[in-house]
Amino acid sequence: MSDTLTEQKPKSVKPPKQKKPASLWSDAWYDLRRSKVFIIAAVMIAVLVVMSIIPGLFSSVNAFDPSTCDLTKARQGVSGLHWFGTDNQGCDTYSRVIYGARISIMVGVFSTLVTTLIGGLLGLLAGFYGRWTDTILSRVAEIFFAIPSTLGALLILALVGRDNAGIWTVVLALSVLAWPMVLRIMRAAVMSAKSQDYVLAARALGAGPGRLMSRHILPNAVAPVIVVATMNMGVFIAAEAALSFLGVGIQSPDISWGLMIADARNRFLQAPEALLFPALFLSLTVLAFVMLGDAVRDALDPKLR
Amino acid sequence: MKNPSVDTHLLPADSGTIGTEPLLAVDNLHVEFTTRQGVARAVNGVSYSLNAGETLAVLGESGSGKSVTAQAIMGILDMPPARIPKGEIRFRGTDLLQLSEAQRSQIRGQQIAMIFQDALSALNPVFTVGWQIAEMFRVHKGMSKKAAYAKAIELMDRVRIPAARQRVNDYPHQFSGGMRQRIMIAMSIALDPEVLIADEPTTALDVTVQAQIMELLAELQRESNMGLILITHDLGVVADVADKIAVMYGGRIVENAPVHDIYGNAAHPYTKGLLESIPRVDMKGQELYAIKGLPPNLLDMPTGCAFHPRCPFRQDNCVTDVPALHEISGTRSSACHYWREVLDGTAG
Repeated sequence: MSDTLTEQKPKSVKPPKQKKPASLWSDAWYDLRRSKVFIIAAVMIAVLVVMSIIPGLFSSVNAFDPSTCDLTKARQGVSGLHWFGTDNQGCDTYSRVIYGARISIMVGVFSTLVTTLIGGLLGLLAGFYGRWTDTILSRVAEIFFAIPSTLGALLILALVGRDNAGIWTVVLALSVLAWPMVLRIMRAAVMSAKSQDYVLAARALGAGPGRLMSRHILPNAVAPVIVVATMNMGVFIAAEAALSFLGVGIQSPDISWGLMIADARNRFLQAPEALLFPALFLSLTVLAFVMLGDAVRDALDPKLR
Repeated sequence: MKNPSVDTHLLPADSGTIGTEPLLAVDNLHVEFTTRQGVARAVNGVSYSLNAGETLAVLGESGSGKSVTAQAIMGILDMPPARIPKGEIRFRGTDLLQLSEAQRSQIRGQQIAMIFQDALSALNPVFTVGWQIAEMFRVHKGMSKKAAYAKAIELMDRVRIPAARQRVNDYPHQFSGGMRQRIMIAMSIALDPEVLIADEPTTALDVTVQAQIMELLAELQRESNMGLILITHDLGVVADVADKIAVMYGGRIVENAPVHDIYGNAAHPYTKGLLESIPRVDMKGQELYAIKGLPPNLLDMPTGCAFHPRCPFRQDNCVTDVPALHEISGTRSSACHYWREVLDGTAG
């Protein structure tokens, strides 16, 4: 036994907090910074975002330039030069995986923006005004809600046609089918915020509908929508990959992980790396956003813990 | 500052005061709620009036219609399900019920303001108290952010919040119950309203804090000469502050009286019951008096006098005839067929 006394280190004493965080958002941020899940997810997402903006940082080969592909080197295995091997056209799989992040992130971000703005705005109006405004908006939302989303997106993209298919048609197809979910969540949150005493009190002190919505209801109803929007980002990225895999989403020569998985599926037994690497990046990306959403929900809704 | 379009008119003949129209007059007000079970008649012909500088205490149990009347005055009832089939609410002679929503919104906060029972839930949790008080000045007076904050601190001082300057950026949950109610009061008096309605302002507070808040309200009233409507179910709270009392039961006013006349001298059995159920030091050890039975079901009001199922002095005609509000003297009235006997103590 060694002398335990000399090995004992004094526990690091943190200095007491100077000011207690007070608002919902500063409280949530305080919780988030202490959440391991959030840190891991945030680091992963930060890397992915940098990857999608400046892919050159991660790969010396510009995968957007077809001249970097060499047909004579097609279907090569993992090597020092081609870390993930090469594909049917002789393009470097590693650089294609890196460059593929851009479309995934863009589809995720733009679909989330569109659905959150449309669903959020309509949900706010439906929840606040109620009555026939609510009836009409909710019924329309339910019609869209009733369409199975993969099938619906397939149908929309098939109607658009392969020649016109691309990132914006995918964003459109996903958004058209996903906004009703945001509407429902926003509507429910607004209805519960609306019945709070402080909304009645604000009315009694002369606040009009615009001010009630923007200052008293929205800030108190937006938390669940933020959580869902974060998680949706991962869901949209997975959906884009699925649609591209099925051949109706992103089209060659654009680079998408779903498309790469589709290209590699026939030679999976010979060259599993060509399928596994884009699949791994796809899974990690979706996981990162779902984890982020989880962490944000924990921070925003202390009652759930 | 005051809305110039609202003139002072001469009084209609049925008004309670002589010479001028009261500041605020509720006249034969009816409010109904359409529910799945039927129509709930929450307010059935309530009339009361309030002059500048006067304090009216509206007393009654839960469900007696006292808060609904106040919300009708403010125009913050959700319609539907609420409906006002009959009645007038005149503020400086103008019937508020005839105004558009935009016009009423102008009156809310600036001329008639309201404070609520639970100040924690009546304050927005996501903004600092300073922001919320300052908002009143920014929205209604178009003040700059800085000037509005300065006014907010001034108001917080006026409602006696210690260290107002340091606490202006705190959030509602960082204040104690009494302090929160002070902030709510600060917001409501920010625009110098002429009428302040306080809906059970002290119910959620400790007894010691209750007295402080009542004192504060009385003092603010003296300073600004505003009319104050105190809605409460607690006779003890209003004794020192109120000028006159209106007792409500089942959506009607059952007794009107100046505050000093009513104690020990009720002219309605319900008021008598309320007074007798106040705990008293000299009755220590004895059983506390309670009015028997339950408040009436608004969906299925008793016939005749709404109080008859619980009334210890009930006679046969109480079950069939709705009692009118009998005038006892210039300032007192009672809606009991047998008010004389109740007043004399010979009833029953």
